[in-house]
Amino acid sequence: MLNVSHLTVNYGAIEAVRDLSFEVAAGQVVAIIGANGAGKSTTLNTIGGILKPRSGKIRFDGHDISAMRADQIARLGLAQVPEGREVLAPLTVEENLRLGAYVRADREAIESDLQAMFMRFPILEKRRHQPAGLMSGGEQQMLAVARALMARPKLLTLDEPSMGLAPLIVNQIFEIISEIRAEGVTLLLVEQNARKALQVADYAYVLERGALAYGGPAAELRQDERIVAAYLGN
Amino acid sequence: MFWQQVVNAIWLGAVYSLFSLGYTLVFGVLGILNLAHPSLYMWGAFIGLMCVNAGLPLWLALPLAMIFSGLMGVLLDRIAFKTLRDRNAPHLATLISSIGASIFLISAAQGVFSAQVSRFPFGVFPVKVFTLGPVTITLLQISILAISLAIMLFLRWLLMGTKLGQATRAVAFNPVTAARLGIPVDRVIMQTFFLAGALAGAAGVLLGLAFNAISPFMGGPMNLKGLTVIVLGGLGNIEGAVLGGFILSFSEVMSVAYLSSDLRDAVSFVLLLIILLFRPNGLLGRSSAKRA
Repeated sequence: MLNVSHLTVNYGAIEAVRDLSFEVAAGQVVAIIGANGAGKSTTLNTIGGILKPRSGKIRFDGHDISAMRADQIARLGLAQVPEGREVLAPLTVEENLRLGAYVRADREAIESDLQAMFMRFPILEKRRHQPAGLMSGGEQQMLAVARALMARPKLLTLDEPSMGLAPLIVNQIFEIISEIRAEGVTLLLVEQNARKALQVADYAYVLERGALAYGGPAAELRQDERIVAAYLGN
Repeated sequence: MFWQQVVNAIWLGAVYSLFSLGYTLVFGVLGILNLAHPSLYMWGAFIGLMCVNAGLPLWLALPLAMIFSGLMGVLLDRIAFKTLRDRNAPHLATLISSIGASIFLISAAQGVFSAQVSRFPFGVFPVKVFTLGPVTITLLQISILAISLAIMLFLRWLLMGTKLGQATRAVAFNPVTAARLGIPVDRVIMQTFFLAGALAGAAGVLLGLAFNAISPFMGGPMNLKGLTVIVLGGLGNIEGAVLGGFILSFSEVMSVAYLSSDLRDAVSFVLLLIILLFRPNGLLGRSSAKRA
């Protein structure tokens, strides 16, 4: 589904990601964990077309997307839940959701998906006609996830979905991620909350200072003493 | 006397709003002040006049002028703004670029149409005056008001009721987020410049008809007026531009009627100063809470 090979990304003069290679197979949930500044968000933003790679290749669903614009990549079926949620604050909740389906043309299916989102996230239906910016952080995160799902993506990327949220809300977000996973959507998840990420993931990679440090089945990483010591703590 | 002034202020305000909507639309989407906007207004007026002189009916000349100035707006963006945008140039560079484009467009108009004041041929619009008690209004003024309001309602529908409008507002709020959702940001910007140019062109033809004086320099006074209107309403604020247009026209018309006609252009300047001093975000300026 997604194949990243020898990816290097510069952020100004700094090499934020260095010679990174990894894969996400269809139907998998893959987590990228690592400390703050390890290059996790840079990686996702480069895959999404917001940042341009300095070198390396990114292939998605059979296409070379390394040089594509973000909107072209979205059109191929990649939906993003960006860091900080990025809801369109002045637009209503419903407008945000509808724009999630911007790349689609199947009107009736969009309407039924909208109703399905309202069933799944009742708070969004309650706030349907309110500006999205007036909602709480947790609600905005729900909206960001729902908006991305409205695209019916082949691959969904989530950038720090738990950031800045209360523990109760974090649990809720990860429950939703498990649900999405159960529906067979391929997921690429970037998280500082390694414990939570390793619980939902099939496979995980650890980034350290822009380079790949470990990679393996999440179940193994959960047992790995080095990982436990460095990222899971107590 | 008073009601006559009210009538005058209403139709004039509608055209001011029309002009300023394009101004504020570009600011809302790109965050840049396009000082060449009044030049599109002037070109729109000239193209309308050319169409009429070529024997076309007015109802055809207006949309043709709008399409022409709309395309001119797109071209203006490609040449003067997109080149800078792609290089992440600072806003000041864009502002200066728009001044340059404006000088070019004015000089080009002088070359093509001469620096003289041009006029629509007599009788291009039926001269018909209605009297209602103390108030007289011409058919032309009624038509200008009706056309302006119709265009504004259309714009409102376009921005609030269509997918294109939602995409435009998404780009205005955050182009990166918009791109993530699959919105082709560059195409939305082109459409915005087309709309803005077309609005300026419509205002040009309508005011050209109302005052029957079209010259390469007619954009000059509109620059300050437009700026006042959009600052009054809050930069980038659509409803604000409409409100601002009417506030400006009422202030102008009333000061000409009751103070002195010399004050007409001073009014917009004074209004601009007052609003900058006391409400720098404009009357309907976005509150920061809404953007959080």
